[in-house]
Amino acid sequence: MLAFNFFGATEGGLFDINATLPLMAIQVVALTYILNSLFFKPVGNIVEKREKFVSNNIIEAKNKLSEVKKLEADLLTQLQSARTEAQRIVSEAENESDKLYKEALELANNEANASKEKARLEIESQTSAARDQLSKQADDLSELIVNRLILEK
Amino acid sequence: MFFNSLLTNFAALEVGQHLYWQIGNIRLHGQVFLTSWILLGGLLVFISLGTKKMENDPKGLQNLLEFLWDYIRDLARTQIGEKVYRDWMPFIGTLFLFVFVSNWGGALIPWRLIKLPSGELGAPTADINTTIALALLVSLSYFYAGLSNKGWRYFEYYVHPTPIMLPFKILEDFTKPLSLSFRLFGNILADELVVGVLVFLVPLILPIPVMFLGLFTSAIQALIFATLAAYYIGEAVEEHH
Repeated sequence: MLAFNFFGATEGGLFDINATLPLMAIQVVALTYILNSLFFKPVGNIVEKREKFVSNNIIEAKNKLSEVKKLEADLLTQLQSARTEAQRIVSEAENESDKLYKEALELANNEANASKEKARLEIESQTSAARDQLSKQADDLSELIVNRLILEK
Repeated sequence: MFFNSLLTNFAALEVGQHLYWQIGNIRLHGQVFLTSWILLGGLLVFISLGTKKMENDPKGLQNLLEFLWDYIRDLARTQIGEKVYRDWMPFIGTLFLFVFVSNWGGALIPWRLIKLPSGELGAPTADINTTIALALLVSLSYFYAGLSNKGWRYFEYYVHPTPIMLPFKILEDFTKPLSLSFRLFGNILADELVVGVLVFLVPLILPIPVMFLGLFTSAIQALIFATLAAYYIGEAVEEHH
């Protein structure tokens, strides 16, 4: 049953090289062109399109991330400056109000002192006026008494 | 009686017998073309089905084809280099697909059930004509690749480290196609013969592990053939400094 017919056969044999060889070569070349247009080109297009899409998206996302980081840093510095500004304004206002308070206090003190002094002077003048009047009335009275005593005699 | 005759027919080995087609003066091995047309037809149908409706989100067959494409691209890119691998990727891929489909088709499809007047159907790569045709195409390709990329400077490759290498490099141009064609031919034919002999001796169960081994060898041979072809092309286009 085993029909081995290796070398030296006039017909057939394992190493029987004939026109099958060039025709097979032509067939493979044709297959290359067919597969190129049917398989390699379309699949390559779609795969490379997707790869480009993915890498573009990655680049875009990276750009956005860096932008976000930049904005974050910006906002942080803005926040920092706003804080110091607010601190400055608060302390300024505190100083201002302190100054105003002191000024008002001084003004009120001065005014109080002035009116106290004025009142004291008035009291003094009124006291002396009253004393004058009193002594005058006493003079009058003594004169009257003297006159009456003289007259009765 | 019927069972017995079926077995003997099924297990009969015919080596070196061909189905001859005579066209004018030339003679062809008909069984090689018959199987290759069936297998390549299947391959083309498979690929047309997979690429018929391609979407950005791959589904089903398209996924498989994209995986295959990626695999071939990686193979071509690592062997040939970033610069020119695109030009040669279809050729390398076709070699890989042709050898792979032929090997696996020859191993997986029970061709022996189809009786021919002479010879028998089998892997097209088990015929020396096919493998020599492939190997010569590889030789032509690497010559063409070298000459078209580097012009006459391609021949610097022959004296590259020292001029002493010249005879060896010239010899290589002959040994490359020889080893390519005989490696593939020998492996596939040997696999078919081993499976055939085992089926002839023990028709049940025992041949199955050998058949699996044959599938493994077939895939490896396809990969080796494509990788070597790509490597030879890469060697030819490589710039020496």
